[in-house]
Amino acid sequence: MAEVLVKKLHKAFPDGTVAVEELSLEINDGELFVMLGPSGCGKTTTLRCIAGLEEETSGEIRIGDEVVSGLRPSQRDIAMVFQFYALYPHLSVKENMAFPLRAANRPESEVEERVAEAARMLQLEPYLTRKPSKLSGGEQQRVALGRAMVRHPKAFLMDEPLTNLDAELRADMRAEVKHLQQRLGATMVYVTHDQTEAMALGDRIAIMNKGNLEQLGAPMEVYNRPATLFAARFIGSPPMNLIEAEVTNGHLTAAGDLRITAPEGLQRGQKVIAGVRPEGLTVSESGEGVKGRVVSKEALGDETIFVVECEAGLFHVRMPATARFEEEQVVAVRHVGAAPPAYDPTSEKVVSAP
Amino acid sequence: MATHIQPEGLADKGIAGETVDPPVRRERKFGSGVEILLLTIFMVVMLFPVIWMLETALKETKDIYAVPAKVFSFSPTLDHFQNVFSSDSPVFKGFVNSVIVAGFSTLIATVLGVPAAWAYSRFTLKAKKDQLFFILSTRFMPPVVVVIPVFLMFRDLSLLDTRLGLVLVYAAFNLPFTIWMMKGFIDEVPAEYEEAAMLDGFSRFEAFWRVTMPLLIPGIAATAVFALIFSWNEFVFSIFLITDPDTRTAPSAIAGLIGGTTIDWGLVAASAMTFAVPVLVFAFLVRKHLVAGVTLGAVRR
Ligand SMILES: Nc1ncnc2c1ncn2[C@@H]1O[C@H](COP(=O)(O)OP(=O)(O)OP(=O)(O)O)[C@@H](O)[C@H]1O
Ligand SMILES: [Mg+2]
Repeated sequence: MAEVLVKKLHKAFPDGTVAVEELSLEINDGELFVMLGPSGCGKTTTLRCIAGLEEETSGEIRIGDEVVSGLRPSQRDIAMVFQFYALYPHLSVKENMAFPLRAANRPESEVEERVAEAARMLQLEPYLTRKPSKLSGGEQQRVALGRAMVRHPKAFLMDEPLTNLDAELRADMRAEVKHLQQRLGATMVYVTHDQTEAMALGDRIAIMNKGNLEQLGAPMEVYNRPATLFAARFIGSPPMNLIEAEVTNGHLTAAGDLRITAPEGLQRGQKVIAGVRPEGLTVSESGEGVKGRVVSKEALGDETIFVVECEAGLFHVRMPATARFEEEQVVAVRHVGAAPPAYDPTSEKVVSAP
Repeated sequence: MATHIQPEGLADKGIAGETVDPPVRRERKFGSGVEILLLTIFMVVMLFPVIWMLETALKETKDIYAVPAKVFSFSPTLDHFQNVFSSDSPVFKGFVNSVIVAGFSTLIATVLGVPAAWAYSRFTLKAKKDQLFFILSTRFMPPVVVVIPVFLMFRDLSLLDTRLGLVLVYAAFNLPFTIWMMKGFIDEVPAEYEEAAMLDGFSRFEAFWRVTMPLLIPGIAATAVFALIFSWNEFVFSIFLITDPDTRTAPSAIAGLIGGTTIDWGLVAASAMTFAVPVLVFAFLVRKHLVAGVTLGAVRR
């Protein structure tokens, strides 16, 4: 295992499309590093540059102590799991997993041993003689993982490996990937556009947008203090309430006199956008807070999400399942808990002190 | 990109371009006697020449010239077929030459065409569309148009009356077709297979050879059969470029039987029948892929 370093990566395709503007990442040895971003933001392109399937226009990529620019994919000692698995259809499960070892001309006994080990870890033993097309999606995914791990590569690259699975299986496989990564102590770069997956898996998350890095940090850091409005909109389900407010006497005051605890580092009179998580608001029948009207509610079992219309806009409010408000009911909304991050409306970057 | 998804059925057989069997046609009662009558007439008209030729090949020489013609009441003989294969027969050499020429030209076209098609399918090339169109456009040219220049060229290179010359011409004619048809098949195989193999430790070419190639075999077979049939049937170049009875191919050898004072029609018919058999057999063997190949090569998604 080794660390992966991406320095000032820039990638433009021959047709002029710029897929990666400028990207620098430092992925530590043994880390599960998640790249998160919307479709078309350059995640796959970055992975393919690391793998050597695509040549970077400029910048430097290091794997371990080695600068890999100009090295062929086969010389980089990296394993990649593709979104559509790319299992060789003409080979059995066993031969699929043995393929990288055969490429390296390993002795037959070692091949047998490593494949058996991988099959045991991934519970693929009953399927070894089958062809990939005779497997379910989850099983195919496990074979792809098996093929990646038999070789003990320097790093794993995973390109949205779970997108093709149904929700339940995806949660299972997510746990399995994490478990496997920890057991192997593997350096893993994991690409996804699903923020739940990113939060659940990542040691660190890099949020990307249009070929640029928006934010880099541990999942809770990213969740609590998104660095930009883009990240704020992307992380969390439902996402943050972005509320236009002005710094007044020790408070952020929004339309309708909604008062939000002010974070540090702002000046009086400054106009900001406060990013308040749904759990940072609370609804009550009457009393303190601003007036609002319940527009809709989503009962999720353990909690209920209320959408409340106030003068300052539509708010998502997360309440315990015991909270009972009906649609169209007039309620009071107020802010509770810690001070939220505040953003500058023009630069869209966080301006409050952490 | 939806093309990355491997369709269930396709991956099942592990074969590019394999199509699902067409739905079984339901039994249908023939509507009317008129329909049957029309179809019978149609069939007789269509098959008459073939049947007539087969009969001629099987009749004794005196029965061939019988007036009125003996359609049913003749005693069949295999003498003419025996003559076709006898060592002093003028057409037997032609068949041997045809096998050699068709075989080698197909081999050359396939060996050159498959990698070319792979390159066109996988790499970004300058003006790729124009190049492909140019390649295809060489097929628009009727052989008669180029036969004179080729003749002159071959005379200078002393390739006239040689099988090598014919092999080269047929290979050149089959190459564009091979490239186009194979490109269709290769486009069907996701590039990810090769990329995965490259990451697994193989070079680009090894990845092609080990992963894509096995999936292409049915496609290659279909393409090769097309090329084979073209070379086997080709007449214009054959008759213009070769006059030597030792090196000419079957079509011109059979044509050579006609002329002179007496024509052995039995031998002509038997030769023609023999000539038709290999094509029918091959076409039958790969019929499923032929249809798939033609549609794949022609229809861009
Ligand atoms: N071979 C190519 N030629 C030209 N442009 C390309 C090529 N591959 C990707 N692009 C463009 O580069 C941009 C980034 O693509 P990329 O595949 O990296 O996105 P992504 O983040 O992986 O998206 P997704 O979540 O949809 O997979 C896109 O705008 C895409 O259209
Ligand atoms: Mg992608």
